Amino acid sequence: MSMDRRDFLKIIGLSTVAGGIGGAGLLELRKGTAEASSAPHGRNKGSGSTLAMVIDVRKLESPDQYKRCIDACHKAHNVPDFGNPKDEIKWIWTDDFEHTFPGAGHEYVAEEVEKKQFLLLCNQCEKPACVRVCPTQATFKRASDGIVMMDYHRCIGCRFCMAACPFGARSFNWRDPRTAPNLQNPANLNPKFPTRMKGVVEKCNFCAERLREGLEPACVEACKDTKAIVFGNLDDPKSEVREMLRTHYTIQRKPELGTNPRLFYVIGG
Amino acid sequence: MNDKGKIMAGLIIFIGIFTFPFYSNLGKASAVPEPLLNTPVIKQMPVKQCVETKEYMRANHMQMLNEWRDMLLRDGIKTYKSMSNGKEYVISLQNTCLNCHSNKKDFCDTCHKYLAVHPYCWDCHFGPKEAGV
Repeated sequence: MSMDRRDFLKIIGLSTVAGGIGGAGLLELRKGTAEASSAPHGRNKGSGSTLAMVIDVRKLESPDQYKRCIDACHKAHNVPDFGNPKDEIKWIWTDDFEHTFPGAGHEYVAEEVEKKQFLLLCNQCEKPACVRVCPTQATFKRASDGIVMMDYHRCIGCRFCMAACPFGARSFNWRDPRTAPNLQNPANLNPKFPTRMKGVVEKCNFCAERLREGLEPACVEACKDTKAIVFGNLDDPKSEVREMLRTHYTIQRKPELGTNPRLFYVIGG
Repeated sequence: MNDKGKIMAGLIIFIGIFTFPFYSNLGKASAVPEPLLNTPVIKQMPVKQCVETKEYMRANHMQMLNEWRDMLLRDGIKTYKSMSNGKEYVISLQNTCLNCHSNKKDFCDTCHKYLAVHPYCWDCHFGPKEAGV
């Protein structure tokens, strides 16, 4: 069979085009199967979910209500209480207006607001400073829902994250948490959740272990009757959290630092 | 060479002391431990089957626990699909492993003690007894 140069070039050209189209199609197919095969593991990276909280402080009136949230959290996570501020471990706590929203006040702030205590926990920042400084990646931002997680197995206790966090949301275990007086009573323990060990830093995990089971965070559940804390997906325009943000004026803690907290406060009048 | 006697006596004493651990333990080797599987949950199982085969678990449980840890914590994978029986298991040391093996002392500790290994799992994770079960 003889072929002149013109025919040869035609065939080469056509097969290049056909190969290109076929290859692209194959790549598309492979993408599809890759997604399908990873789905059963529940790994939903980049699914467009960002968990956030709106705390309506108008609805938290008595110290009793704060205590209920705090107790629920600390019991669920076996948070030790040594009864002295030096060894304090904080997952969720309260502070006054001046220390919660520094710079937001002025000399004529409503007395009611100025004297109020505010419920504080880890802000689950969009750009967490703690994650940037962690040398072992023990603390990291979970891609699936934006929770700033702690891997206590990897924490070496350097406390860079504590220095970096502008919200004081992290505590160092100076003492073995198992020896804390409140954890000596088995009734105060949650046997399904571990404690931490001496020499690691701990903080609020947005109840990642409860979310896994389809439950709401412990603090949200504890004050469910007042609906003081609204929890949900910030990326879903129809979520309760977005509804709250749409209908109320909300502020964040230290927004000027650019960490973009995922906790919003309704201060009200 | 007048000190021959002293040197020999010294050598004998030295060798005697040096080899003391060997002959004092001669014939006293502790028996290979048999981890017990007689917990209530295991007794009720129609087919006594762990997450993987007994041989696999015996050789690889430590690597597996490390993998489980990273799967759950870092990748958000909640269940583990068994290679041996195809079932899905919820990944949790405290709530899956120790649910069946609720006899930490007669199961985990016997071998760990025999082999003189000191895993630090229990510094944070509750063993079944400590939790008041």
